[in-house]
Amino acid sequence: MKINANIAISQSGYIFNPQTGESFSLNPIGVEVIRMLQEEKPKETIVASIVDRYDVTASAFACDLDDFVSLLKQYEMLTDE
Amino acid sequence: MDSSKKIRYERPLIKPINAMMPGKTGKDTYLVPVLDVDGVPVSALVEKYGSPLFVFSERKQRENIQRAKRSFTTRYPKVHFAWSYKTNYLDGICKIFHEEGSWAEVVSGFEYDKAIRNGVSGNHIIFNGPAKTKDDLKKAITNGSFIHIDNMDELYLLSDLSDELSIKPKVAVRVNLDTEINQIWDRFGFNYENGQAWDVLCKIVRMDKFELKGLHCHIGTFILTAHAYAVAAEKMANLACNVKQKLGVNIEYLDMGGGFASKNTLKASYLGGADVCPSFDEYAEAISTAIYKAPFKTSDLPVLILETGRALIDDAACLISTVLSNKRSSSGRRFTIIDAGVNMLFTSFWYDHKVSPAQPFSKYYEDVTLYGPLCMNIDVIREFVSLPLLNRGDHLVIHNVGAYNVSQWMQFITLRPYVVQVSREGKVSVLRKRETIETIVNQESSTTDNL
Ligand SMILES: Cc1ncc(COP(=O)(O)O)c(C=O)c1O
Repeated sequence: MKINANIAISQSGYIFNPQTGESFSLNPIGVEVIRMLQEEKPKETIVASIVDRYDVTASAFACDLDDFVSLLKQYEMLTDE
Repeated sequence: MDSSKKIRYERPLIKPINAMMPGKTGKDTYLVPVLDVDGVPVSALVEKYGSPLFVFSERKQRENIQRAKRSFTTRYPKVHFAWSYKTNYLDGICKIFHEEGSWAEVVSGFEYDKAIRNGVSGNHIIFNGPAKTKDDLKKAITNGSFIHIDNMDELYLLSDLSDELSIKPKVAVRVNLDTEINQIWDRFGFNYENGQAWDVLCKIVRMDKFELKGLHCHIGTFILTAHAYAVAAEKMANLACNVKQKLGVNIEYLDMGGGFASKNTLKASYLGGADVCPSFDEYAEAISTAIYKAPFKTSDLPVLILETGRALIDDAACLISTVLSNKRSSSGRRFTIIDAGVNMLFTSFWYDHKVSPAQPFSKYYEDVTLYGPLCMNIDVIREFVSLPLLNRGDHLVIHNVGAYNVSQWMQFITLRPYVVQVSREGKVSVLRKRETIETIVNQESSTTDNL
């Protein structure tokens, strides 16, 4: 899983996808997750990092992460490798 | 990390930016978390009684009836409210209205018996409806209740019972009329415009088997224009004056039925319910002005009866519900499934109920379709609603659910939940226990009858 190299993300959570011309907003945890995806962190590492700092269980967050990743794919920001 | 120091979790959100102008009604609805009901925390209520859970506010209920009475009595002193049992016939709710001086308005033998059990005296019960049985009528005649005649078959049945019991039943005639709005409820009673109502009044007086006491109408429900009541009251008052002049009978009361709108938002309505719902003052002004305009002698001014239902109880209750799961539609739209469905929230077929989260949330919202838990496509609580990011286990408060739900709900797929009431002192009492499997199977049987 890799975020396309040409995706621009601002610190405030604004994303622009030059490939489709669409822009998106993220909430703060969305920014954190997308940064970890940019760094090509594996799913397990992302889950561990979030669960360590937020009041959420691993299974609840894993479920939300799957949903988030599936949207990134729909929005053509992610390539499977 | 120490779990008490952890950051409040919110789902990661990515949302397309649509550079749209604010809509006609401005920006999205602004929500605040609803953490308690009259001071009792939602979390404590759910912990004790489970979810879903209906919660009624005694304070709000009493405020409503007191405000409605004030609006009318300051304009027209001879007023009685009769609580519409079908709107909510839980004893705990009815008793508060009776304590506040309301009579009972019932439409079946079952509701009639409930009113009697609640201590309402027979001569304070108004018996409406198209389906009163012979036994119901006998009971009502014997108790001196006011029977509102719906059709000719009922009139003749009452005439026979009058002979059988040697009592003259106290009756009123239900009149249906055109009030210049779309709703014309002409399936109940006798029509004003085509002369049916006048004919039946003449017949009643001629038969000399009844005490003709009143005239009744119920022009429809959720009537958003007070003017409709002005039209109805004018016609009813003129009919009463004609009965006096031409038939020599004094009509003692005009019953204008129910139908005042509540603060809910009707589906497909452009503006929110709280903004378009006329006040009790506006309805009272329309009705009392019309009666004063009619040619009554001051001494003959009739008592005014009102059978207001939903406007008195809708906003005195909420339904607490819990998020079961989040998923996406084929187009990526957020679907959220909660544990309260249309089986207990019948009114979600008519209203876009306001929904508030019951825990703090951030400024991030998403567009959601809110589904109930039933395995049925029709089980939709809100088709389009903007809500903060909800997690499984979060609670929602669905507002303005006090009218018609805990009487029209059905036991379907799941069992009906607890109904509780928060008293003015902040104490919680159970109005109706949660159903168990025994509630259901105890009614089932396998006996055989030889007929
Ligand atoms: C005869 C009669 N009276 C009163 C009511 C109460 O109406 P609402 O809840 O609209 O005030 C109804 C409801 O349908 C009714 O049929």
